[in-house]
Amino acid sequence: METLYLVIVLAPLIGAIVAGLFGSQLGRVGAHRVTIALVGLSTLLSVYVLTGFMWGDRTTFDGTVYTWMVAGGIEFEVGFLVDELTAMMMAVVTFVSLMVHIYTIGYMADEDHNWPETSRLRPNAYQRFFAYISLFTFSMLMLVMANNFLQLFFAWEAVGLVSYLLIGFWMNRPSAVFANLKAFLVNRVGDFGFLLGIATVVMYFGSLHYGDVFNAVAVRPDQTMSILGGAEWQVVTVAAILLFIGAMGKSAQVPLHVWLPDSMEGPTPISALIHAATMVTAGIFLVARMSPLFEYSEAALAFVLVIGAITALLMGLVGLVQQDIKRVVAYSTLSQLGYMVVALGASAYAAGVYHLMTHAFFKALLFLGAGSVIIALHHKQDMREMGGLKKYMPVTYWTMLIGTLALIGFPGFSGFFSKDAIIEAVHHSDRIGAGFAYWCVLLGVFVTALYSFRLLFLVFHGEERMDHHTREHLHESPKVVTVPLILLAIPSVLIGLLTVGPMVFGGWFGDSILVRSGHDALGAIGFHGVGEFTLHAFKTPAIYLAAAGFAVAWYLYIRRPDLPAQLQQRLQTPYRILENKYGFDDLYLNVFAAGGRGLGTLLWRGGDVRLIDGLVVNGTARTVGRVAAVLRHGQTGYLYHYAFVMIIGLLVLLTWFMFALR
Amino acid sequence: MLESSWPLLSVLIWLPILGGALIFLLGDDKADRARLVALLVSGLTFVLSLGLIIGFEPGTAAMQFVEKRPWVETLGVNYFLGVDGISMPLVVLSTFATLLVVLAAGSRIQYRPAMYLACFLIMEGIMVGVFSALDAILFYVFWEAILVPMFLIIGIWGGAERIYATIKFFLYTFVGSVLMLVAVIYLQFQAGSFSIPDMYGLDLPLATQLWLFVAFLLAFAIKVPMWPVHTWLPDAHVQAPTGGSVILAAIMLKLGAYGFVRFALPIVPEASMHLDWLMILLSLIAVVYIGFVAMMQQDLKKLIAYSSIAHMGFVTLGFFVIFQVVARTGDQAGALLALEGAMVQMVSHGFVSGAMFLCVGVLYDRMHTRMISEYGGVAHRMPVFAGLFVLFGMANAGLPGTSGFVGEFMVILGSFQANFWYAFLAGLTLILGAAYTLWMIKRVMYGPVANDNVGALEDVDPGEKLVLGLLAVAVLWLGLWPAPLIAIMEPSLANLLEVVNAGL
Repeated sequence: METLYLVIVLAPLIGAIVAGLFGSQLGRVGAHRVTIALVGLSTLLSVYVLTGFMWGDRTTFDGTVYTWMVAGGIEFEVGFLVDELTAMMMAVVTFVSLMVHIYTIGYMADEDHNWPETSRLRPNAYQRFFAYISLFTFSMLMLVMANNFLQLFFAWEAVGLVSYLLIGFWMNRPSAVFANLKAFLVNRVGDFGFLLGIATVVMYFGSLHYGDVFNAVAVRPDQTMSILGGAEWQVVTVAAILLFIGAMGKSAQVPLHVWLPDSMEGPTPISALIHAATMVTAGIFLVARMSPLFEYSEAALAFVLVIGAITALLMGLVGLVQQDIKRVVAYSTLSQLGYMVVALGASAYAAGVYHLMTHAFFKALLFLGAGSVIIALHHKQDMREMGGLKKYMPVTYWTMLIGTLALIGFPGFSGFFSKDAIIEAVHHSDRIGAGFAYWCVLLGVFVTALYSFRLLFLVFHGEERMDHHTREHLHESPKVVTVPLILLAIPSVLIGLLTVGPMVFGGWFGDSILVRSGHDALGAIGFHGVGEFTLHAFKTPAIYLAAAGFAVAWYLYIRRPDLPAQLQQRLQTPYRILENKYGFDDLYLNVFAAGGRGLGTLLWRGGDVRLIDGLVVNGTARTVGRVAAVLRHGQTGYLYHYAFVMIIGLLVLLTWFMFALR
Repeated sequence: MLESSWPLLSVLIWLPILGGALIFLLGDDKADRARLVALLVSGLTFVLSLGLIIGFEPGTAAMQFVEKRPWVETLGVNYFLGVDGISMPLVVLSTFATLLVVLAAGSRIQYRPAMYLACFLIMEGIMVGVFSALDAILFYVFWEAILVPMFLIIGIWGGAERIYATIKFFLYTFVGSVLMLVAVIYLQFQAGSFSIPDMYGLDLPLATQLWLFVAFLLAFAIKVPMWPVHTWLPDAHVQAPTGGSVILAAIMLKLGAYGFVRFALPIVPEASMHLDWLMILLSLIAVVYIGFVAMMQQDLKKLIAYSSIAHMGFVTLGFFVIFQVVARTGDQAGALLALEGAMVQMVSHGFVSGAMFLCVGVLYDRMHTRMISEYGGVAHRMPVFAGLFVLFGMANAGLPGTSGFVGEFMVILGSFQANFWYAFLAGLTLILGAAYTLWMIKRVMYGPVANDNVGALEDVDPGEKLVLGLLAVAVLWLGLWPAPLIAIMEPSLANLLEVVNAGL
């Protein structure tokens, strides 16, 4: 059993090492064959594991691979926990990764153009890219398969590292290098909370192993700790919020979301794999995995709920004003992550994780579709230079249309089931903040439909706005690009229909997710089959809001394409707020980053150079020098001076002796 | 105590010293022969030092490989050597670092190469001596002796302002040490011998302990260095040649920290507890304040020097947080975790800072500048080097999977058990460490090729690849499987905790 899991994890790692270290020997074809074969193996075995859980002939595995260290009475281990939740994540991660691997062959085919002639990074760039995405697959698998906090943190940082390397993959572009540093630092802010959360867990629950910690939480959920002054905090709340801060970094929740849009500087395949389908959902997975901890803290869950709701609505709105095709999809990702977080906050973990899965398929599809468009337009990403691509790129168009329909929650498509389950669950939740969250996710549906169809219309319909040269060369992307699109489109349509019953409402996740009685918002919905669920949706506002979003987009971008510019003129203030992304970036750059640099300069120039060195160290040296300069006059070298001083000294001593000894 | 049938520690001390003397006698005109001898001697010393690991009896706190014979009988001074789980890893680290320095020197040092190598070999013997001396006077002799070769290394092969740096370095550290000698002599009167283990458990009155602690503090804090007596370090590093910086960062800084565990904590535990607030405060200042200062450095070596100070803050934090952990949790487990973390951090910092300084050396040899602004886009020209540099940078930023993470993680977990805010402030290193390291990497490695000099850079040669590759293996090994190191250290550190607690 364990060997199987080891193979799943290690296969991509081996691929990464081979392609990374021996890239020049293998050549391009060798590198992508090796990595794809090994990730393919991982995918097959992961699907095998998943089906095992589906047919019920596989049981939860929880075991140690090796002991990292034993220190201070605590065992630090590397080990796997494979249950239904993990199995689902493994299948999603490996499947999307495999699609992205294949797609990359096409996307990176003319990679040489992205590097200066003289760069020595150029010959192996293609192989290196495959090494990185395989390494990422390994790290992500380690993350979802961890059975303890240590390994979780390891993998957590490892995916961050690969994300850093991949955002800055085209390192001769200053914007990419800025973006990867930003991504890493913002994530580190989250990890800072995460680490303190782990420290809390270790101190109060005495272990790093999930099972032990969850048992300890259930036994003593009410113990408290003091942090500041006399106020006592529930330990579970503190731990949950700190861990969630880590999740906010990785899953890009407001206010730690700023890195994700910039991460689009990386090549599109990784935007699909890392910054849409898998890594950014690590935070969602984390909270779902920690449900036995979060469930004991109403406060933490309410916090989660509100953060998610804010992200879902505010980030969707920013997506409305973006001109870069990838950035629209990126803001859409932020908004959808908000939906997942809302589900977690409402104790509807199954719905959150389920949306994670459907979103992985259709968002990867959308990103790869956007990438296909970008290839066709010779790496131009501005939607103002697109339009009318439908007839040139039919496969891309239809698959992206499917992705869009899934995203906006068109009845029957996968996104419909997952998103509607979330909205309904929030509606039925009586947690603090649930009312606010309900309005946010409802309005979010309208916004989602609006920005999604805005993208589709601007890119594929209407006037052809690209330059003449580009238009002449327009054609559908090669098979390695379109086949993954089609393969991703299939689950984007069907997966919801087939699995929503058991996975969201049927308790398929079993013991991997804990929902305490009284928290079961999903149970309150009352699910009686897919048909009834769909029919019921027509009695709720969400579906009409989506339709309205579509209608508005159609009116603005097909019917009256002159209107958006006028609207923009008329609504300058809100437009500018959205354009500036609510000022988060400016705030961070001008206050935190600049403040940090200023403080650093102050402490260095003022503290170290002027005070410590200038005043104390060199000051002491100067004083010694000055005193010595004075004393030096005593050492004249004239014998009569010395004799004179000796006589005086003798007199003083004798006098002192006479008085003292009397 | 486990006597040794074979004076391995003496060999590790005197083999390099005699080898160094031989090379010195060979003279600079036979540079190639000197290089070969230096390589052989340092290689042999390192291989022999592995015997310490093989022959080490795990699971005991007793001193091992002990040698004891009278030295200055009239004063009761003994030639008394031995290692336990605390000092053994540091001895091996010293021989490893010296081997790397000799390898890295290659034929790069053209000015008086024999003397250069001789200095390092002699220093190697002295370093092993400091870590294995169990007689306080012997310790003191080695402790002071090490200044001489380092003084020469910086003063002769250093940069433009080497004289200011050497004087500053020498005076700073020498002034600190003098009081230690007074303290040691006083302790001899109390314990009746200069044997360091005999000085444990004396149960001195608090007032006396405080005086002794201050004397130790000055000596050790300057060597670590702790804020605010750290300003000699950036100057010394900037002026020192690459090899000097490596030894300075990898080993010399450990001397001060080692002094705290060997002398301050067990000999004056009550004073240590009494002043632990001060030590914790200074450690946290080192982490946060120096983190900010490091971020703003324009000079590669200064940046790494400052980051060294911040990293050493974790060592002293781990040492002195133990009293509050025990007081708060009523249990020694958390304190042990913090102590072990501090020790792991020492070893890891030896690898990482050594590697970082070697990397700067690689760049400096080619570009003759340490200014970050003169670089940019180096990765385009030196892909292999860039990979290694990013790896070490990540270790410097404490990324899990590298050695840099292990110690910091353990110290943060441990200090959390003393006080939430200690862990909070120490944890800021996650952000600051990443900020100063990755910002530097961004400006040096990434971006388009900045100028023609960068455009003409050649990647690392096989020798450099070997040295950095060895360090990369060490960094990853300690990051992926620290269990063996912990197993070596744990009994000795647990014993230390008992000694400390018994003395309260």
